[in-house]
Amino acid sequence: MISREDVEHVARLARLALTPDELERMRTQLNAILVHIDALRAVNTDGIEGTSHAVPLVNVMRDDEPRPPFPADAMLGNAPDRAGEFFRVPRIIED
Amino acid sequence: MRYEVVIGLEVHAQLTTRTKMFCGCPTSFGAAPNTQTCPVCQGMPGTLPVLNRRAVEYGTRTALAFECRINPGCRFARKHYYYPDMPKNFQISQYEEPLAEDGALDVDLLGGETRRIGIQRLHLEEDVGKLVHEGTLETAQASLVDYNRAGVPLMETVSRPEIRSPEEAAAYLRAFRAVLVYLGVNDGNMEEGSLRCDANISLKPAGARELGTKVEIKNLNSFRNVQRALEFEVKRQTDALARGERIVQETRLWDADGGSTRSMRSKEYAHDYRYFPEPDLVPLKLERAWVEEIRAALPELPRARRQRFVSELGLPPYDAGVLTQSRALAEYYESAVREFPQPKLVSNWVMSELLRELPADDERAIAEAPITPSRLAGLLRLIDDGTISGKIAKTVFEKMLATREEASAIVRREGLTQVADAAALEALVEAAIAGNPRAVDDFRKGKTAAAKALVGQVMKASGGKANPAMVSKLVEEKLTKS
Amino acid sequence: MDLHRPIHELTAAFSRGETSPTAVTEAYLGRIEKLDGKLGAYITVTAEQARAAAAAADRRYRAGSPLGPLDGVPVSIKDVFCTRGVPTTSGSRILERYVPPYDATLVSRLAAGGAVMLGKGNLDEFAMGSSTEHSAFHVTRNPWDLARVPGGSSGGPAAAVAGGLAAGGYGTDTGGSIRQPAAFCGVVGLKPTFGRISRFGLIAFASSLDHPGPFGLDVTDAALLLGGVAGHDSLDATSIPAPVPDYTADLARGVRGVRLGVPDEYFIPGMDPEIEAAVRAAVEVLKGLGASVERVSLPATPHALATYYVIAPAEASSNLARYDGVKYGLRVPGRDLVDMESRTRAAGFGAEVKRRIMLGTYVLSAGYYDAYYGQAQKVRTLVRRDFDAAFGRVDLIVAPTTPNVAFKHGDKEDPVQMYLNDVFTIPADMAGIPAISVPCGFTAGGLPIGLQLIGKALDEPGVLRAAYAYEQATDWHRRHPELA
Repeated sequence: MISREDVEHVARLARLALTPDELERMRTQLNAILVHIDALRAVNTDGIEGTSHAVPLVNVMRDDEPRPPFPADAMLGNAPDRAGEFFRVPRIIED
Repeated sequence: MRYEVVIGLEVHAQLTTRTKMFCGCPTSFGAAPNTQTCPVCQGMPGTLPVLNRRAVEYGTRTALAFECRINPGCRFARKHYYYPDMPKNFQISQYEEPLAEDGALDVDLLGGETRRIGIQRLHLEEDVGKLVHEGTLETAQASLVDYNRAGVPLMETVSRPEIRSPEEAAAYLRAFRAVLVYLGVNDGNMEEGSLRCDANISLKPAGARELGTKVEIKNLNSFRNVQRALEFEVKRQTDALARGERIVQETRLWDADGGSTRSMRSKEYAHDYRYFPEPDLVPLKLERAWVEEIRAALPELPRARRQRFVSELGLPPYDAGVLTQSRALAEYYESAVREFPQPKLVSNWVMSELLRELPADDERAIAEAPITPSRLAGLLRLIDDGTISGKIAKTVFEKMLATREEASAIVRREGLTQVADAAALEALVEAAIAGNPRAVDDFRKGKTAAAKALVGQVMKASGGKANPAMVSKLVEEKLTKS
Repeated sequence: MDLHRPIHELTAAFSRGETSPTAVTEAYLGRIEKLDGKLGAYITVTAEQARAAAAAADRRYRAGSPLGPLDGVPVSIKDVFCTRGVPTTSGSRILERYVPPYDATLVSRLAAGGAVMLGKGNLDEFAMGSSTEHSAFHVTRNPWDLARVPGGSSGGPAAAVAGGLAAGGYGTDTGGSIRQPAAFCGVVGLKPTFGRISRFGLIAFASSLDHPGPFGLDVTDAALLLGGVAGHDSLDATSIPAPVPDYTADLARGVRGVRLGVPDEYFIPGMDPEIEAAVRAAVEVLKGLGASVERVSLPATPHALATYYVIAPAEASSNLARYDGVKYGLRVPGRDLVDMESRTRAAGFGAEVKRRIMLGTYVLSAGYYDAYYGQAQKVRTLVRRDFDAAFGRVDLIVAPTTPNVAFKHGDKEDPVQMYLNDVFTIPADMAGIPAISVPCGFTAGGLPIGLQLIGKALDEPGVLRAAYAYEQATDWHRRHPELA
């Protein structure tokens, strides 16, 4: 069902570096799970609208009133690589 | 083979709310990096978004101005892709149920034609942070991220692919921007990035029904660049097609310095955004009463105002265009006309004298102008009733700018009242004629310019205060008689 | 000191001056030090903070003005709630050294009520699991049998309450992660209505399914712990605006005239027969107290598990996208950004989390959305409608909490086997309706069995009253494990 290419593609989308062994294990496990999930496709849901919220609220909004922002140090305190008041990340290559 | 150009424009406009889309952080521009953020807009673990009502109001206002249908229900969706300027690695946007759809914008083209360009959809989303590369994107070993801009409310508007030339595209964008600025929802500043444009362009054989391959162009930060980039693309694609090549569906970046577009070389150009409804935000079902309130409060839009200036006030289209380029200026002009109902004269003064001193789209400068519409009207009344000449009026104008006084006060204090006493003028004219026998001779020989010279002399002798029209008439009379 | 006293007895003792928050806090801290090496209920123990909070509570009780029913009460908080200045890991390497700059609303409300946080409770990583074997740090053990699991994902707080290492606890329930550990550990675990307790500051697993909720030694405690943190939060757009009643008022009303529904689909082949027997006996007790009982059917129940395992991983894959080594948490160096992110996530996430991220990404990806996620959302509607229809005829649904009792560590290595633990708890999460697990017996081997009561949205009072009536007619809640 789910091919090796599929798993590699999904791992890329999900930014997970999996070893070939892990990829293979993942493929097997995902297939096992998908077998169970596929049973859902047979359920008749004609005319049924999906539930995306368990709570029947609408129009929850807030006023456009400013709240004090957090100090930069608090925001940068957990940064793995901090450059002054910036977060630093390794080079980005568009390939 | 003739090709038709098909262009669609996607505009992202930052909304001028005080706070961000989903948190209470301020949206002001230019703060030190990462000082206008909080756990929510930085996407820290555990945080949740709460929607800014004013952003919805501004989006609705804009949608109504573009004659869109406000969807009775709309919802937010997550759009997933990884990039460090996106704190959560997904952007909260709208997908299947946007705020509004199916509108249009009438664009007046230079040649006089009006084109009605369809607006497919308008939706709300959050802006991303800013990346600064240590070097260029290609050579940098690292990049720096500032999240101040992350979370600023963004309104995305997608036009239908109904624009037919690069020139039209620029015109659309100008008209679009004018509406947004008139509505007070966006500051119109393309250089600072509060208004951004991406273009989609394809070519199809003339008369064909099927569209050609679409190329997306990014990094268009001014009207001029939009036009230039699209002109380049038209040529590039035309040349390629002539050589028998296929157009590649891709995203290209406009390089303003080099004057060309180049491919972004990204394998992931066809992003899989994995949209699904945002579970942390409940749906919107905007009440009709609220929407109608917003509709009722819509100001007169630039095009309608421009047309009214032409049809009701009798102004030439050029004047109407200049005067309506900002809402503040248009309102200034109308106030002045209300008090001094000579539209063309007021127009001349506003366009030449006032705009020399004030930038047309600086709302605050116009609101705080030393010469209020009322005072301008006052000045023009003094010309109209002959108290001062047009020339003297210009001097008075300069003084009004400096002192913020009423024109009449200045004229009175400095004794600038025009001399219109016929007897006094006659005396001056006769003196000028007597003192310039050459001029009189020239006039008899047919050189009419000599009369003007005499008028000039009289004006000088009177310190500029003589009524020029009367002087002119008297000079002519006397020269002709003698 | 007897450290199996419920909260309402402790605070009464505080008020009478018989003991103090500091004395009780010190006793718990001592017990944690002595026993938690074995039990593994805590990731971080916040001893200093606890002592300071207890001392402040002492002063208030001495002055005769406690802040409320939770003042001075020592609790364990699942390490999925952000605590300012205190490491919050979500049981994961990827957040091992993460220190939040803000408090979750639940945490700040507790602090405002004077509660004493003993520490952050262990959990399955990112709340994904049913055994608390998937924490990146250590395993939690069941106080009734240390060779067995306490359930999950909120195994830490459940084990702490059951084992006398906290007077109360807070966890989260997404597919059953409060009720199932409560059942395995023989304590009361309540999953309130979705949105009743704010999710602001709760590290998200599946946003539309995450429910914060309390663990207590008895129903009264659960009611007090719920009341202490429930209510509308302007920082959570999905939080319910309805006012919070006093959940302890009228607890003793009884169940005379209450209509109970026993769902056919919750008694399945392969479930532990001792559980079925205990639950049916509990139904008889409730009948004896004046409730009427009828059969109901919730036909979509067999599909609920599959639905959950589409929706939860999908939402999780989205919520966990932010863990990329850029702004916080673990960073593993890489050649470039993408390499860094991919290595970081591979190193930082455990196997179960990776599995769910992959599954979730897959079901949301182009071409699969309608068949999986779209369809699952629709089946979710069917599950809700089942409950709506049933509640047209009955007031509460009575069922087992789990199909099996606490299993041995390492027993359920097959992920699918593990997922089956959640069959009876998942539906109430999907419908967002309140559900409680209370102890209703023991197996011959001495392992606790849980009884589940499910009610209509916002009917926590009805659920608590019925649970209380059952509890007071039995003695299960007075039995505690011997943890030497």
